[in-house]
Amino acid sequence: MSDLPLLEAAGLTVLLEVNGARRAVLRDVSLTLRPGEAVGLVGESGSGKSMTARAIARLLPSRAEVHGSIRFGGTDVGGLAGADLRRYRSQVAMIFQDPRAHVNPVRRIGDFLTEALRTNHAVPRAEARRRAVDMLARVGIEDGARRLRQYPHQMSGGMLQRIMIASALLTGPRLLLADEPTTALDVTTQAEVMAILDGLRRQSGLAMLFITHDLELAAAICDRTAVMYAGQIAEIRASSLLHGDPLHPYTAALAAARPDITQTLHRLRAIPGRPLSAFEAPAGECAFAPRCPHVADVCRAAVPDLVQLDGGVSRCARAHELRGHLRAVPDA
Amino acid sequence: MSTVRAAGETTAFRRALAVLRATGPAGIASMVVIAAATVAAGFGPLLAPYDPDLPNLSLSWAGPVGGHLLGYDFEGRDVLSRLLAGAQSSMLGPLAVVILSVTAGTLLAVTAAWRRGLSDTVISSGLNILFAFPGILLAILAAAVFGAGLPAATIALSVAYLPYVTRLLRGAALTERNQPYVAALEVQGASAAAICLRHVVPNIAPLIVAQATILFGYAMVDLAAVSYLGLGVQPPTANWGVMISENQDGLLLGHALPAVAAGLCIVAVVIAVNVLGERLFEQARAARG
Repeated sequence: MSDLPLLEAAGLTVLLEVNGARRAVLRDVSLTLRPGEAVGLVGESGSGKSMTARAIARLLPSRAEVHGSIRFGGTDVGGLAGADLRRYRSQVAMIFQDPRAHVNPVRRIGDFLTEALRTNHAVPRAEARRRAVDMLARVGIEDGARRLRQYPHQMSGGMLQRIMIASALLTGPRLLLADEPTTALDVTTQAEVMAILDGLRRQSGLAMLFITHDLELAAAICDRTAVMYAGQIAEIRASSLLHGDPLHPYTAALAAARPDITQTLHRLRAIPGRPLSAFEAPAGECAFAPRCPHVADVCRAAVPDLVQLDGGVSRCARAHELRGHLRAVPDA
Repeated sequence: MSTVRAAGETTAFRRALAVLRATGPAGIASMVVIAAATVAAGFGPLLAPYDPDLPNLSLSWAGPVGGHLLGYDFEGRDVLSRLLAGAQSSMLGPLAVVILSVTAGTLLAVTAAWRRGLSDTVISSGLNILFAFPGILLAILAAAVFGAGLPAATIALSVAYLPYVTRLLRGAALTERNQPYVAALEVQGASAAAICLRHVVPNIAPLIVAQATILFGYAMVDLAAVSYLGLGVQPPTANWGVMISENQDGLLLGHALPAVAAGLCIVAVVIAVNVLGERLFEQARAARG
């Protein structure tokens, strides 16, 4: 694992036009991924997780205004066009939340799996099909040859998501963007798909940006986890430390809101208030201030900067002060 | 497993047969009319029992007699033979209009939907300007500039129909372009041309076919009108529109058959094509759910 970052987003700010008004959906997002590293991206709905992935894949709406930079292996992604953009994208694979929506419903699975190989990598048809069957076997689909002849509607959701994983890995990408790949699946299928995704990722040394609502899932499979709130990064921390030693009150509150299998709780601890979208966040103060139990005058004075702390990053004005007091697991 | 395979491997022939059955009696009748008109367009001059262009003034306006089932026209030419011979220009003109306008329209629609932004604005506003000109007016203009004849009228009508095709297909292409699977293909590194040709156009194809059949009917009526005005197919060439024009005096003189027969041919083909187009469109929509 080299220390040169594979992907480096710096000061990424995205504005979208909604009803004639420009609204920020991402504000000053900075994130790095080293080759082979898995980084989790967690947060509530509307916190900007998917937008970050879309910005990296250059899938933002055409009228989006983008500030800041995204560099992939040293090249600036924002300036790519035409063949260069396609070459970049063939090194970045994306897995989506709803596999059924992301496959052309009137084409066979075989066409779907082999299309990128045949058109972008000039692999002959028979060879492409052979590779597709091999890859299907690796994601746990044994009768690949028959599956290639089927249509998406003949598959279950879990099966289709495994096919999406196979498709993402077939072209040998360097970065995998997984946008809530298991959210649409039922719990037992989720575990299976996650195990396959995690195993294959480690085998092929692929870097992954893993987007999820699920703090524990991210912590389990990612080296580092970034927590987003209102279009900003609240905290980036080694996954193993995120739970026991969070650096941002929001992370602590999120973790405390999860039911714990070892404890009987009569009421889950909710975070007071409701999640804000980036454009709703109050200007000139910490976005989490209205909901934060540790709010102080310093939080209202300015938007906090990202502070480096113990190998992690936190956007909390009182991060140093609160260190050690933000216990995620509530004392019984 | 075997049922799945059977469903997945339905032959094209079987599918065509199913489509035929689902169009119902009106659809089948329409297909018969269209098939007859197509045969006449292909082999009309060979099938004609008499020379369609040979006049005999002493027989002008003579009614059905002997082997002449539809009688004679104002110059004493056999009406049935002229109808058969006229099928060619009457059918090929609209066909050319449909091919030209649908091809160009699909190209413009997919371009506008794919690129959006400035390209879309330019294409859409250009078409809005074209909407202001009725097809017949453009055909008259083209005849004035390039001289009367079928080619000028065909091109003028193709241009006039372009906005209708493009506006409809642009909407469909835009819906398709916003489907998540297109974004998924983009992330795979597929080129815009590949996605459009392999995924977007095939997925809006039912709409393209349905629109083409409906346009064929409009084009037939409009081209007949242009020919009637003397700006399209030039006499003595046989053409259904020209035949109505030449024989209109007969309507007042009590010899309605030649003009009415040509008119009925146009009406029958136009209705048949429209019914069939509508049925195909309904089926495509039902199949999509």
